Amino acid sequence: MKSAIIQFPGLNRDRDMIAALTKITGQAPELVWHRESALPEVDLVVIPGGFSYGDYLRAGAIAARAPSIKAVKKHAEAGKLVLGVCNGFQILTESGLLPGALMRNRDLKFLCKTVHLKAENTDTPFTRAYARGQVVACPIAHHDGNYFIDEVGLKRLEDKDRVAFRYCGADGAVNDDTNPNGSVNNIAGILNEKGNVLGMMPHPENLIEPAHGGQDGRILFQSLLEAVA
Amino acid sequence: MKARVTVTLKNGVLDPQGKAIEGALGSLGFDGVGSVRQGKVFDVELTAGSEGEAQDKLKSMCEQLLANTVIEDYAITLVE
Repeated sequence: MKSAIIQFPGLNRDRDMIAALTKITGQAPELVWHRESALPEVDLVVIPGGFSYGDYLRAGAIAARAPSIKAVKKHAEAGKLVLGVCNGFQILTESGLLPGALMRNRDLKFLCKTVHLKAENTDTPFTRAYARGQVVACPIAHHDGNYFIDEVGLKRLEDKDRVAFRYCGADGAVNDDTNPNGSVNNIAGILNEKGNVLGMMPHPENLIEPAHGGQDGRILFQSLLEAVA
Repeated sequence: MKARVTVTLKNGVLDPQGKAIEGALGSLGFDGVGSVRQGKVFDVELTAGSEGEAQDKLKSMCEQLLANTVIEDYAITLVE
């Protein structure tokens, strides 16, 4: 599987994503500087996490207007895969590739901990290696992960099975107590209409080897490998 | 030309920062504060042939960058 990573000033989780893609897919991703207006021919483009432009204006707002994001839109329109993690998810919503917005966490705190996710739609290139309803551990590290969308938009997401992951308890319970940041319907990750763009706040790339305390994050990358093979 | 753009959260969008400020005003002893909503102000200097053109430019700026219209409303005032 050929992949590329977009790099912005202020992104700091790109190294982890490069390591995960290299280890799991066996191929190092190509690195694309944000000013580039064309992407290499790859199957998957990843926008990693961090704090592009110091979260000035709104998280992801400035990055979403970069030339490279226009190229990401073309890549997505061609039906190829796009993954945005954390700040990458914020950039995808700000660019209009995904609906809704990511707001300040409900309790205003920066959250850095491991949570549980429930795989909801497992019929996508990103999630096919999960069992439907499977509960996995995944780290989160964000200040603005509170997913918001209006009622009409939310209904559209839910009706079309476009919620990829929801925050839940270790037992799979989805409720207010297992919602770390106030996201509507405990939403942790969503898909675009075609199912080839996924944005998620949690960091699967940070749970891929025993030294990380688990390997649940590998399932997402294995899904992508299977999908592209 | 100078303009002031105000960006505020839409009605119905929760504002945890505004809530925290509201709580702090209560702690300072200000009573009677019904609610606080936090927003942003942008002072923009721009060149435009007419007020109408300036308004159009600023509206475009708001739609494309200054506001996230999923969650925010904006208001434009030409100052001078």
